[in-house]
Formats: sequence, structure tokens, C-alpha cells
Amino acid sequence: MSTPTNPKVRSQEEIAARVKALEALMIEKGIMTTEAVDRLAEIYENEVGPQLGAAVVAKAWTDPEFKARLLADATKACAELGIGGLQGEDMVVVENTANTHNAIVCTLCSCYPWPVLGLPPNWYKEPAYRSRMVREPRTVLREAFGLELPDSTEIRVWDSSSEMRYWVLPVRPAGTENLDEKALAALVTRESMIGTGVVEAP
Amino acid sequence: MNGVHDLGGTDGLGPVVIPEHEPVWRAEWEKTAFALFPTNFRAGLFGVDMFRFGIEQMHPAVYLLSPYYEHWLHSAEHYATRAGVIDPAELDAKTQYYLDHPDEPLPDRKDPDLLAFVDAAVKQGAPARRESSRQPKFQVGDRVTVVDDSPRGHTRKARYIRGKSGVVELAHGTFIYPDSAGNGGEDDPQHVYTVKFTGEELWGADAAEPGGVVYVDVWEPYIVPAREESAA
Repeated sequence: MSTPTNPKVRSQEEIAARVKALEALMIEKGIMTTEAVDRLAEIYENEVGPQLGAAVVAKAWTDPEFKARLLADATKACAELGIGGLQGEDMVVVENTANTHNAIVCTLCSCYPWPVLGLPPNWYKEPAYRSRMVREPRTVLREAFGLELPDSTEIRVWDSSSEMRYWVLPVRPAGTENLDEKALAALVTRESMIGTGVVEAP
Repeated sequence: MNGVHDLGGTDGLGPVVIPEHEPVWRAEWEKTAFALFPTNFRAGLFGVDMFRFGIEQMHPAVYLLSPYYEHWLHSAEHYATRAGVIDPAELDAKTQYYLDHPDEPLPDRKDPDLLAFVDAAVKQGAPARRESSRQPKFQVGDRVTVVDDSPRGHTRKARYIRGKSGVVELAHGTFIYPDSAGNGGEDDPQHVYTVKFTGEELWGADAAEPGGVVYVDVWEPYIVPAREESAA
């Protein structure tokens, strides 16, 4: 293993030029194309995102049998809805209840269930959240996310250190008994499936 | 390796800052840096575990201060130059060229197979689960202790759980072992378990928040049966 020397924090312009240079060489070597870059960017900007996880949550709230399948094998249950793929090959859904609140983190890198939540927000990948979420989740949830949980609520933090991808089935808010699946899905936020938020009634 | 990337429990890194609006891509270069991962994976330059190890070998100060996708640039560069696919001097020269001429276009090449691969990879993924005849040594409910050592290479055995004891909550079957594959070795499939640790066990009774538990996944070689607890 080489020893890193000359630490240098690059400017955005410097990074952009180096990435472009590497891309140019990789295009010449037959490894990349600009079309492939554009297609990937398009997929994670417009096709794969938290709206997919929200649809799964709404279905679980309205279909008890689906919910049971989701909690038993999330990968298989999501596949019923055509949802799955890269960075969600083995998913586990953990359920919030009146007394337990779940949240996910990746202290070692940035593991996150892409097929249901899309790519992670930057705060999820930055040092502050990754370092603190396992040590003082209650404080992080309160200070950063405005989520105040009573001491009687057990906070379960899932550190995604393997290729298992955890995500949260939030509590269905009271007063939503008359909403259909589509209306329910519209209430479900990305944060509620990370566990840094809860779903609010409309 | 005992690297700075292993952040769990580190203090002093400041508040979690959440911008009100944040696009998926904050800059055009982020799209390309992201695409390095699946395209270079397809080219056989690394697997996901090696890719992570490449990131871990960044200078720790740069790791903490750089935008996230620059990590991916570092790892892709690391493996492409090591494999001889990219000549570092040529990369430096081209970087200077694009710094001086940022609007110069990229080479034009079409590759329908690569485009098809992108859609298929996103949809199908790249499972890390591997068949193995190894029988699991632990089962749900077992009390286990994480081996307290400091391997030099890639590992997913976070420092904050080393030497700590918890209970096996889930057993997932056998997966690629990062401590082998991440260091350029075979898949060496090992059983993966989720171990539940109390906050008190991880941080001590005084520092732990009330009612907090942490679930961490471990590969079987990371754990041993828990030592007998002394009768209190």
C-alpha cells in the first residue's frame, strides 16, 4: 500500500478538469462513453428515487399481506412491484412502531438502498452524520432533523456495513384512514424511510 | 486498515448540515465520477470491495474535506493506473489541457453494448451473495464478541465494535468476504450476521444515550463466542 503524500484539496475547476481528462482517456480505451454517463445520470435523476420506496410503503400500509411479505423478504416483495437492482440486491425493511424508531447509516462509506431511495443525499455521506449517528442518534435526530423522540422510544440504528441494505417502514400517521394508496404515497418522505423523519398527516 | 473513513463514534466533526434544496448532481463532473464506478466495474478494474479500499487509501485530510464524488475519482484513478490502463503522466497532461480549455469536447465514441449494460446493471444489480458449503457457526440469539485486531488491508470491521459484545439478531447466509475480495483475493464466501449492540456496551454507561441500540453486520470471521460474563 502506498503512503499518500502532498495532501491537496482541489477546487471544483481542478476536479472537473481531472474527471474530464480521465473520462476522455477512458472513452479512448473503450471503457466509457458520454452516452453511458448521460444515461446513468438520467436514471438516478428522474427514474430511480424515493418515490419508489414511497409506493412500497403505501402498499404495505394498505395491504397487510404485502406488508408481511415485505418484512419477511423485502427484496422479493419489492420485486413484485418491479422495484430492485443495483445496491438493493439484498434489502431488509425494518418497521417503526409506537415504541421503536429505526434509522440507517453507513459509518464506513455511503451504503444506501438505491432502488427504493435513489442516490443518498450528501449529508448522509458526509463525516458528521456517519460519525455521530451511531453514538448520539437521539441528539442528531433532534438537532439536525427536528425529530424529538421520548426517552421511552428505543432508537435502533442500522449501520449498513455489509451488502444488506436496510430501510425503514415508517408509522402510518393517524387520520389517514380514508386516503388511498396513491394519496398515502405522496405523504411518504425520503427522510421517513432513512429514519431521520416521520410521516406527518396531511 | 485503521483509516479515517472508519468514522463511527468519532467526535468533533461538527453539525449535520442539511441544505434545503439539493440536486442529485451538484456539478456536471459528479455525473461522470458516478459513471466511473459501473463502467470501470464492467471493464474488470475492480469489484465493489476493492473500489471501497481505493477510497480508503486517499489522504485522510483530503478524504474529510473533498466533495463525495471526488472519492470515486480517486479510487477509479488508483485502479486504472495500477492496471496500466491509464498512464499517470498522460492523465496529468490531459487534466492541464482541460484546465486550460474547459470547453473542449470529449472524444466521440458510440457503444450500444455499454448503454445496454447500464440499464441492465441498474435493474438487475450485482449481487454479493455467494453459494457456499460452509455451515454457519452462529445462530440467532447467540452472544458474540467482535475480534479486536487491526488488519492492515480492507475490512468492514469498524473500530467502534471491535472487542464489543452483542447478540446475533439476523443470519443472512453467505456473501463475498470483503477482507479477501477487497484486497484482491478470492470471493471466499462467509456467513453474514446482524449483531445488536447496546449503546452502553459501545460507549459506556455514562456516554450512551438512553434507549439506543446499534445493529451492525459482521462476517463470520469477525466474531467469536462471547466470553462468559462475570456474575454481577
